[in-house]
Amino acid sequence: MELIQQLINGVSLGSIYALIALGYTMVYGIVKLINFAHGDVFMVGSFVGFYSITVLDLSFVPALLISMTVCALFGVLIERIAYKPLRNATRIAALITAIGVSLLIEYGFIYVRGAQPEAYPNDVLPTDKFNIFGVSINSQSILIFGVAVVLMIILQIIVHKTKIGKAMRAVSFDADAAKLMGINVDNTISATFAIGSALAGAAGVIFGIYYIKIEPLMGVLPGLKAFVAAVLGGIGIIPGAMVGGLLLGVIEALVSAAGYSLWRDAVAFVVLILILIFMPQGLFGKNKKEKV
Amino acid sequence: MTTIKRAKGFWLSISLSLIFFAVVQVLIGGGSLNPFYQNTLMFIGINIILAASLHLIIGITGQFSIGHAGFLAVGAYASAVMTMKLEMPFALALIVGGLVAALAGLIIGIPSLRLKGDYLAIATLGFGEIVRILLLNIDYVGGASGMQVSHLTTWPWVFASIIVTLIVIRNFTSSTHGRACISIREDETAADSMGINTTYYKVVAFAIGAFFAGIAGGLYAHNFYIIQPSNFGFLKSFDILILVVLGGLGSLSGAVLAAILLTVVTTFLQDYPETRMIIYSLVLIVMMIYRPQGLMGTKEITSMFKRKGGSSHENKNTAA
Repeated sequence: MELIQQLINGVSLGSIYALIALGYTMVYGIVKLINFAHGDVFMVGSFVGFYSITVLDLSFVPALLISMTVCALFGVLIERIAYKPLRNATRIAALITAIGVSLLIEYGFIYVRGAQPEAYPNDVLPTDKFNIFGVSINSQSILIFGVAVVLMIILQIIVHKTKIGKAMRAVSFDADAAKLMGINVDNTISATFAIGSALAGAAGVIFGIYYIKIEPLMGVLPGLKAFVAAVLGGIGIIPGAMVGGLLLGVIEALVSAAGYSLWRDAVAFVVLILILIFMPQGLFGKNKKEKV
Repeated sequence: MTTIKRAKGFWLSISLSLIFFAVVQVLIGGGSLNPFYQNTLMFIGINIILAASLHLIIGITGQFSIGHAGFLAVGAYASAVMTMKLEMPFALALIVGGLVAALAGLIIGIPSLRLKGDYLAIATLGFGEIVRILLLNIDYVGGASGMQVSHLTTWPWVFASIIVTLIVIRNFTSSTHGRACISIREDETAADSMGINTTYYKVVAFAIGAFFAGIAGGLYAHNFYIIQPSNFGFLKSFDILILVVLGGLGSLSGAVLAAILLTVVTTFLQDYPETRMIIYSLVLIVMMIYRPQGLMGTKEITSMFKRKGGSSHENKNTAA
């Protein structure tokens, strides 16, 4: 029963990773950039949610929506200011910029509001426990998982049924050809950043509710692990990010359950290195041949 | 003719640096350099070694590694174990620190150098984190509370290490092996098709870079009284990375200049760590947008003194 309990924890954690990983994977798919600042967008989302709940006295859903909106705008802002001038720069230049943006957000945030942590109020979502076949399940875990699933379904609908989704798929397939077909590539990229950042914002609020404590540097580790999740599922592939996130969450929970909780953070990186060596295209990826 | 000229320049710079060494040594001996300046000097020295070692990996071979603090940590802990637990002399500890770090470079290098670009960057970042978490969980070296280390790093040690590092890396760069590494930076596929064993050279560059990072780690550990795994997180890797990026990807003298400049800036901003990070990150972003090749590009400072035609063979491309 302990094992099932841990699996449920793993799924909750994994759905947070999956939400963040979606942003990574969408941005990577479209501009081939590891957006290091994505973990910090997640942090900002968490704080916006926190202030909406405590200062504005809102309930869960409005706080989630506010956080998602603010993060979407923030993501577009980052993209327009820092990444757009580098559209044609080398990959390494873009990567260095992304690291710079990430640190700028973290330390700018600390500079403005201080490094002290905050605690989410614990009455945002009902915390009833109920038993199913002897396993006690927290209603929070179910709600969190539910919110994550709903957001992912909405994302799938956006990507596959709307015009902007079609444009996104076209740009990620071949940006030049998409441009020739009259697709506004810049706006499509901005939309991708907006959607990915909104998902990260939602993940931030969920994280705050589930783990209570939030602080300005909280985005670094989940951000990196979500990237691992994106690579695990095959970077650039949306269902891959979902599965990768859930899988990583479950693996971490199982490692904790086995009594190695101090090693938990290392496991994600070991998984990363293993997957990069043996299956660099990820679980869902297709093997691409290199063109010379 | 050019060999004689080059040798002349070499001995000139060696003698100049020996004079500089002697002057500083006299100043320290005479007590006119207070401990604060001495400490800054040590930090500059350690950062020069770190910058030079990462320069070999990123600037020359073009392998984007952002886990350099991992090698620093391995070297620091290995040398600290040598002096504190096994009571070996400091010189041996430094060399062992370097060798263990080089071994770590080989272990991580052989599998992950099959990766390219961003993937390699993330894998090295992961490696750095794994090292930190490993050290955190090993009780023999004190776990999270760290390890006591006696203060052994002195100016002659630092100076000797800088000189050895710079000579080895400079000579490596201008050797056949260095040329091979540069060709990998410029175009890996083309280098491969010209018969260069790219994996071999990448691993060699990684191991040499890791070796000197390990030496720097030994100096770093014995410059403090305590080392902790938290000293070697991602931010430390970032501190080293910015030295190389600012100096110019592919310029050894640029990396050295950036190390001196940024260490001085860091010393002045010691009381304002947030401001320091904000300035650093802004410098990185602005630099990448307006001058992505860094302050020096791939040029060396010596090429400024040459006639214009002399440097025509210099590579104008940046690493990437």
